[in-house]
Amino acid sequence: MKICVCIKQVPDTAEVKLDPKTNTLIRDGVPSIINHDDRSAIETAIQLKEQYGAHVSVVCMGPPQADIALREALAMGCDEAYLLSAREFGGSDTYATATIIATALRKIGFDLVITGRQAIDGDTAQVGPQIAEQLHLPQVTYAEELKYEGGDTLIVRRQFEDQSHMIKIKMPCLITALTELNEPRYMSVKGITSAYQQEVNVWGFDALKDDLNPAWIGLKGSPTNVFQSFGKQLRQAGKVMTGLSDEQAVDAIMAKLIERHII
Amino acid sequence: MAKDIFVVVEQRVDENGVCVVQKVGIELIGEACKLAKDSGDNVVAVLLGHNFTDQAQMLIQYGASKVLVVDSEYLVPFMTEPYVKAVTQIVRDYEPSIVLFGASSIGRDIAPRVAGRVHTGLTADCTRLDIDVAKYQDFLRRTTSLQPEKIDALSSPEMAARLDPKLLKMTRPAFGGNIMATIVCPAYAPQMATVRPGVMEMPEKNPNAKGIVEEVKVDFVPEDRNVEILSTEHPKEKIVDITDAKVLVSGGRGVGGPEGFDLLRPLAKELGGEVSSSRIGVDNGWIEKSRQVGQTGKTVHPNLYLACGISGAIQHQAGMESSECIIAINKDDKCPMMEMADLGIQADLFKIVPKLTAAVKAYNEKKNQL
Amino acid sequence: MDFKLDKCHELQRQLFRSFAENEIKPIAKDMDENEAYDLDLLAKLQKYGFFGIPFPRELGGGGSDNLGYALAMEECSRIDASTGITMSVHTSLCCQAIYHNGTPEQKEKYLRPLIDGTKMGCFGLTEPGAGSDVAGAQTVATQNEDGSWTINGSKIFTTNSGFADTCTLFAITDRNVKASKGMTCFIVDLKEMPGITISDNIERMGIRAASNCIVTYDNVRVPADRVLGKVGGGFKIAMQSLDSGRIGIAAQAVGIAQGALDESIKYAKARKQFGRPIVAFQNSQFKLAECQTLIEAARLLVWKAAIAEDKGEPFSALAAQAKLFASDVAVQVTRYAVQLMGGYGYCREYPVERMYRDAKITEIYEGTSEVMKMVIAGSMKL
Repeated sequence: MKICVCIKQVPDTAEVKLDPKTNTLIRDGVPSIINHDDRSAIETAIQLKEQYGAHVSVVCMGPPQADIALREALAMGCDEAYLLSAREFGGSDTYATATIIATALRKIGFDLVITGRQAIDGDTAQVGPQIAEQLHLPQVTYAEELKYEGGDTLIVRRQFEDQSHMIKIKMPCLITALTELNEPRYMSVKGITSAYQQEVNVWGFDALKDDLNPAWIGLKGSPTNVFQSFGKQLRQAGKVMTGLSDEQAVDAIMAKLIERHII
Repeated sequence: MAKDIFVVVEQRVDENGVCVVQKVGIELIGEACKLAKDSGDNVVAVLLGHNFTDQAQMLIQYGASKVLVVDSEYLVPFMTEPYVKAVTQIVRDYEPSIVLFGASSIGRDIAPRVAGRVHTGLTADCTRLDIDVAKYQDFLRRTTSLQPEKIDALSSPEMAARLDPKLLKMTRPAFGGNIMATIVCPAYAPQMATVRPGVMEMPEKNPNAKGIVEEVKVDFVPEDRNVEILSTEHPKEKIVDITDAKVLVSGGRGVGGPEGFDLLRPLAKELGGEVSSSRIGVDNGWIEKSRQVGQTGKTVHPNLYLACGISGAIQHQAGMESSECIIAINKDDKCPMMEMADLGIQADLFKIVPKLTAAVKAYNEKKNQL
Repeated sequence: MDFKLDKCHELQRQLFRSFAENEIKPIAKDMDENEAYDLDLLAKLQKYGFFGIPFPRELGGGGSDNLGYALAMEECSRIDASTGITMSVHTSLCCQAIYHNGTPEQKEKYLRPLIDGTKMGCFGLTEPGAGSDVAGAQTVATQNEDGSWTINGSKIFTTNSGFADTCTLFAITDRNVKASKGMTCFIVDLKEMPGITISDNIERMGIRAASNCIVTYDNVRVPADRVLGKVGGGFKIAMQSLDSGRIGIAAQAVGIAQGALDESIKYAKARKQFGRPIVAFQNSQFKLAECQTLIEAARLLVWKAAIAEDKGEPFSALAAQAKLFASDVAVQVTRYAVQLMGGYGYCREYPVERMYRDAKITEIYEGTSEVMKMVIAGSMKL
């Protein structure tokens, strides 16, 4: 079984803060991590490797510094790593990103593609399904359980808000992973030292240009683009209300609950 | 010429096998109607499912001028490819200007594939949509930290030359909600978006509204069922982990005893959340330790932390200070929790909480009537 | 010359830190209060290779080096000093001894399971009557007719002995010469060889979660092939192992200091007195600046010693300097951390009081600060 895991290196958004003066994100000192859903994707692939001898390739589209994310995936147990990095890829929206990754996956070859459900910076959850569309693959998203049944069959539990479905799907196919799937392992020390004695395959535009339409990648090839970005108003000093009647108090709280979309 | 705003309305099959339209579809029809006033378009609902065309009339009552119905056994239970095929066919045949989906686990499954198949742009999990520039500028001025010059520039002639002012401006959170971004899709059609459920206002129902219901035939084939659904499960009660809760109704010294928490439980239920406690409630045995928030308890970041009778000592703050919204009810208007809160109400929680619970219950019931 | 960690070491540091934060931090306080190391945590540490870091992958180790090991010591000790000493005694005092002095058969048989995470090791040198005066040891090994040895005596403060499998044990084999020439190292199976008794955990001021016991050897028969290195070569092995161990302890001290400083800063940012967070007062800022500078200096000494050891250069004096300096820094900084946090710093609810208690031992074990000065002075040829 050949598995391709697609990962993204993201800033740890739990640590990211907005600079109120410049209206941009403060990225200095914010650690970069492998996106949480993607780590579960890696863990699933490695469990399939341990149980059934699958071969695991990990693929990441990103700037050169995403190398360390791929080393981490190798240190967890992946067999080989690909970094898709080029100036031409910069500014890609989800459509363009999926185009580039799908092209690379076709070149690498696979039976199963596993991506995370969504990245904590973009928060779109679009790239996985759009890769599946480009590769004409059946998909199961929101996977919270995955079992290999032998042959080319997988059984996946697909999570909905109020129910779940057990789905049988045949490879080649694409699965998007939830963190519910598993508890990703740590790297091991020997995994790390081995990972740095291996090459990460870096593919730029030249490596893929025979199969990639330049009109469909990068900023120019992206159907969507950012019109404005801004912070929400900072947490202002709150209001303390005294001397209210019970009804007034309830009204004030209800207004706040509605304003903040709690109810 | 692309025109009209299409809303893909979701349904789910409930435990009794009945197709029930999901609320988010109605919210989107309401929003689409607002946008349609600015753009002069019609609002068309797209209803996909089986044996429920009677619900089409309801969509018209909520504001759709037309409902396109695809009724097929291929559409229940939910499976990706038949839905994508149906929506893609409609998009290609009817050429809408805008297509909206609820950002549910279904919407976020099918919309990206439709966008890919049709080769257009998709914006995910939107919390606000604008066509009219002036309204958008007003929103920016009122609720964001964007510099005034930048906001004013949006209605300048240079900007109008660069981008069609009638473009759909899709605003959404990114970076875990730390930043908001407005996305546009200027060169491809339709402009597609998934919209977060529970954010747009539910529209009023007009029982006398008239509209067209049109059946659309999609040529489904067995190959469209490219996965097999073996079973459907409705989950049992899960073990409570307060760190997962989106809403926490939390009790402190002011709650006085286990009976006080009995008062908070119904409120938590109505708000779709859980009950938690500061250290004192746990130390005194009023509530179990797994619900403790603070330095020696758990760290939480819910959307709402409703602190009832909690003074807010630093050890407690450490566990909840990054909550999105903090409301405090306390007799002491000067305590640290009041200082921290977005809204602090000086009041007797024993009087307020039951009344608040009733008010929320009434509000929810009203909202749930379709 | 680059003072920045290369990417491979940086990724190792990330592993150590995330493991310490997520796996060790939640239970560190309980382990200290219960005076017992959590064996499930031990198994996890073994699984991810924390106990074989600087040894070759071919032997079952991590394939890293002493710098990597020092990073692990700092990151783990930053959260829990007891984990640090558990790791250090195992790695430097037991494994390194066998790695540098063992025959290929001994390495395969005894070292591999220690460094691949199967077994735990410890170091039997200190005795009730022989601490700094190592040569005053009373544990004796007499050779039997068949070549095996019979060992009698007792060792105190043997870290890890409560659960360790293997011990590098030092006994006098020739009373007629100086101890520095008459001591031999034996590889002993603590759990399996008859005649070995292990006491309960010794009640201590700090690093209470670490296992630390009195081990009594009563006519323990040890086969001849258990001699590590040469008969009479034990003292040298002990000194070499301690040199290596001192880098570990120095790194532990750096970790304790940094951990205490980080905790106290976090508190000081939130705690308001006189209308301001206490971190805003210049007095606090000056003291914190001094502490961080001391920690940074100590860290550099650790790295210098570790890199010298990795390069095969003499490192004994460097290791002693690192431990001498870093242990003092740990005691100073933890003292200030408690002070900065005031009454709450003294409460067991916060971790700094434990760190203050833990810090002291770094000035004592694996060679007291006084002994460090002897080593350093000796290297200066005064």
